[in-house]
Amino acid sequence: MNSTILLIQLLNGVQFGVLLFLIAAGLTLVFGVMGFINLAHGVQYMIGAYLTFMYYSWTNHFLAALALGLVTALVLGLLLEELIFRHLYTRDHLDQVLATFGIILFVNELVKVIWGPGTLTLPTPEILSGSIQLTENLKYPVYRLALIAIGLFVALCLYVIVTKTRVGMLIRAGASDSETVNALGVNISRLFMIVFGFGAMLAGLAGALAAPIFTIEPGMGDNLLIVAFVVIIIGGIGSIRGAFIAALLVGVLDTLGRTIATDAMGLIFDASAANQIGPSIASMLIYLFMATILFFKPQGLFPAQGGAR
Amino acid sequence: MSLLELKGLEAGYGYSQILFGVDLKLERGEAATLMGRNGMGKTTTVRSIMGLLKPQAGEIRFDGHPITGLAAYKVGRAGVGLVPEGRRIFPTLTVEENLRAFARSRGNWTLRKVYDFFPRLEERKVNLGSQLSGGEQQMLAIGRALMTNPSLLILDEATEGLAPLIRKEIWEKLAALKAEGLAILLIDKDIAAMSKFVDHHTLLNKGEVVWSGTTEALTNDMEVVNSYMHL
Ligand SMILES: Nc1ncnc2c1ncn2[C@@H]1O[C@H](COP(=O)(O)OP(=O)(O)OP(=O)(O)O)[C@@H](O)[C@H]1O
Ligand SMILES: [Mg+2]
Repeated sequence: MNSTILLIQLLNGVQFGVLLFLIAAGLTLVFGVMGFINLAHGVQYMIGAYLTFMYYSWTNHFLAALALGLVTALVLGLLLEELIFRHLYTRDHLDQVLATFGIILFVNELVKVIWGPGTLTLPTPEILSGSIQLTENLKYPVYRLALIAIGLFVALCLYVIVTKTRVGMLIRAGASDSETVNALGVNISRLFMIVFGFGAMLAGLAGALAAPIFTIEPGMGDNLLIVAFVVIIIGGIGSIRGAFIAALLVGVLDTLGRTIATDAMGLIFDASAANQIGPSIASMLIYLFMATILFFKPQGLFPAQGGAR
Repeated sequence: MSLLELKGLEAGYGYSQILFGVDLKLERGEAATLMGRNGMGKTTTVRSIMGLLKPQAGEIRFDGHPITGLAAYKVGRAGVGLVPEGRRIFPTLTVEENLRAFARSRGNWTLRKVYDFFPRLEERKVNLGSQLSGGEQQMLAIGRALMTNPSLLILDEATEGLAPLIRKEIWEKLAALKAEGLAILLIDKDIAAMSKFVDHHTLLNKGEVVWSGTTEALTNDMEVVNSYMHL
């Protein structure tokens, strides 16, 4: 393997990490502030992709489709919170897991009914198509770079909101002790509804941005959700900064791992065995990483309940 | 009309009842205590007032309005400022953020005034809540409640676990707040310190009021009170 491939995989890893962050941001706040386990968060990712696809087929304009998709994802998130999730906060975690799993099954079927069971594709927007020459022998798609830039920009915005504004203070306070926030005169349920809605919108943004790269299909968010949970546990539940750093680490580790593991195994085993063992080792890497982090920091990298922010 | 009035308050957790008809009255500008040994129901009473625990029976009125079973944030907004047991400072917020996040501009308490009241907090304003000493945490918990500009301040364990010098300072500050006209409901074990500025006392035993009266009556009845406090 040469350094060009390594660099490409590194960029791919960052791009995966950025997508993971967009999904994990909402998840970690929802889990942190309300102690609510929302398995259906991956559904928001899928919905974002399908909505953007739908609006694109109507408008033929990527940015317009994206904007409409985000607004709809926000509205759907608020609606789901008001109608369903709100009634689950005081229930135990098993009820939450069962109920939100039910939502996954329901929405996945609904998507099949509306858009069919097959895969769909969304073309890369015109202005972002093509590649740029990064180094002498490295070309990288503009769209993927744009995706990284958007993700970093959103992360920056979130960071400013969470660390500098009053809403951000209340979100952080709520992540450590929502009861006391409530007793001090702040309507934590309303705050939470807003957090939930924007969390859903960000997951939708991830889905929409991923649509031109991956295919759109029912259940597309389900596997990512598990990785997003790994991210928020590594980062520390309730911490945006933790989610950001963990998402990049996991994204890069997973992507590079898949490239390197097979090569590394090839040093020990013959080629065909390496081709079998490599990928399965690679898919274990992030869980090993999580176990290692938790061994040293049981609350994750940036615990919301404890010291660091 | 009293500022706070509990009538026949019954409350508990699940199937275990803890309070069996607690009555309590607090007038505007008055300071009162809630006393009793560990586990007698003081915190349960506070949690019921705050709307953090739904009463099973009885009535709670604040400022003339029934607040029984009201959502906690509405009780807070109505003007009850809580300094909770264990202080519960937000560890990931700085001292200043702990204060600013809960500012409610309806009275004369501002960030400036809280800093003037507790200069120590201004010195520590950029530190995280998790980096404070117990005494600083308690000052911050009081300051945080004052930022909501309450008409009643409730302190669950005002000086528990603090060094003697800090305790003295907290008592002075509470006396000053009372002198400014703020009503205070106090829970603490230090009867002598509280008696210096408190008007009225209520003694709880196993979820029932077994004694209540003024500070003067308390000094005359010290034996009865002591028998309930140190068993
Ligand atoms: N969350 C809870 N669930 C069940 N029982 C509880 C709970 N909190 C308190 N209790 C019980 O209720 C009783 C009264 O507790 P409470 O906290 O009101 O006492 P307290 O007077 O504040 O005591 P302390 O001086 O120790 O703070 C105790 O027997 C306690 O074990
Ligand atoms: Mg108590």
